[in-house]
Amino acid sequence: MPRIVVDVMPKPEILDPQGKAIVGALPRLGFTSFSSVRQGKRFELTVEGEVTDAILAQAREAAETLLSNPVIEDVVNVEVVEA
Amino acid sequence: MTELPLIGEAIAVAAEPRLAGARIGVVTFPGTLDDRDAARAVRLAGGTAVPLWHADTTLGDVDAVVIPGGFSYGDYLRAGAIARFAPLMSKIIDAANSDAKLPVLGICNGFQILTESHLLPGSMIKNDHLKFMCRDQVLRVENSNTAWTLDYTAGQEITVPLKNQDGQYIADDKVLDALEAEGRVVFRYVGFNPNGSRRDIAGISNAAGNVVGLMPHPEHAVEVGFGPESLDGIGGSDTDGLGFFTSVLNKIVGGNK
Repeated sequence: MPRIVVDVMPKPEILDPQGKAIVGALPRLGFTSFSSVRQGKRFELTVEGEVTDAILAQAREAAETLLSNPVIEDVVNVEVVEA
Repeated sequence: MTELPLIGEAIAVAAEPRLAGARIGVVTFPGTLDDRDAARAVRLAGGTAVPLWHADTTLGDVDAVVIPGGFSYGDYLRAGAIARFAPLMSKIIDAANSDAKLPVLGICNGFQILTESHLLPGSMIKNDHLKFMCRDQVLRVENSNTAWTLDYTAGQEITVPLKNQDGQYIADDKVLDALEAEGRVVFRYVGFNPNGSRRDIAGISNAAGNVVGLMPHPEHAVEVGFGPESLDGIGGSDTDGLGFFTSVLNKIVGGNK
């Protein structure tokens, strides 16, 4: 069954405390090449049957209204992934 | 359920009988923790607490609403994000924005729900130090003209408990400047900023002043023997939070103290 993948990231100007904690932990494990980490969210919306334009539009609307908070987050990607 | 204090007879506050006619709704979502304390605070202040359930489709005849703290829907997705779409929330949003200007107080998770509902601007993200924090917190009342702060004086410092993980208030500079200019920063952290909130903001209001949200918990500081004073004596009194509830009750019954 096809899925619609929605990726949400904290806005660039928003400090991401979780990413900051992760970037602090990486060098302790020997991963020294990464100067910054930002942590986002990935949603997978399963669709029964074909993904029509209308369903994709619904997914985009859901992404903007429920899956993300536009004050602190951006929807950076909405795409269909065939199973 | 007894309304006597749980220890001793040392309650300092004598509620005014005339306030009992004011009905304050207290909303419970799945995962709400502080609804009982909020209802108790309403009763100790002299009002009548009315339990509301998130799936209710009517507000009944309540005169004001408290959205209490907790972890509605386990804080899944974002704190307050799912609760915001509960059937009762749309009624609360309409009533808060109506000409009647229903007074609404959001405490902690309730504040998060109010920002997710766009009744209040900005948002809360994880504390800058990433830890859950529970402490007695000094706040300065910056605006004593909102429905929930009338019984305080501007500049007054109060001490109430604070307990949260996602308490860092953020908004862009334009929104923050507007909040400051319009006197909508209602509470500021004093002495210590416990979560990295922009400009030490602990609570804000909407433009009309009927909707107020804050991260600290006034409903936990309404009873002698249970407030900050008893614990570590950092200042204030055990009942510094009671003014939130007497403010709105007095406003509803239309009286002046």
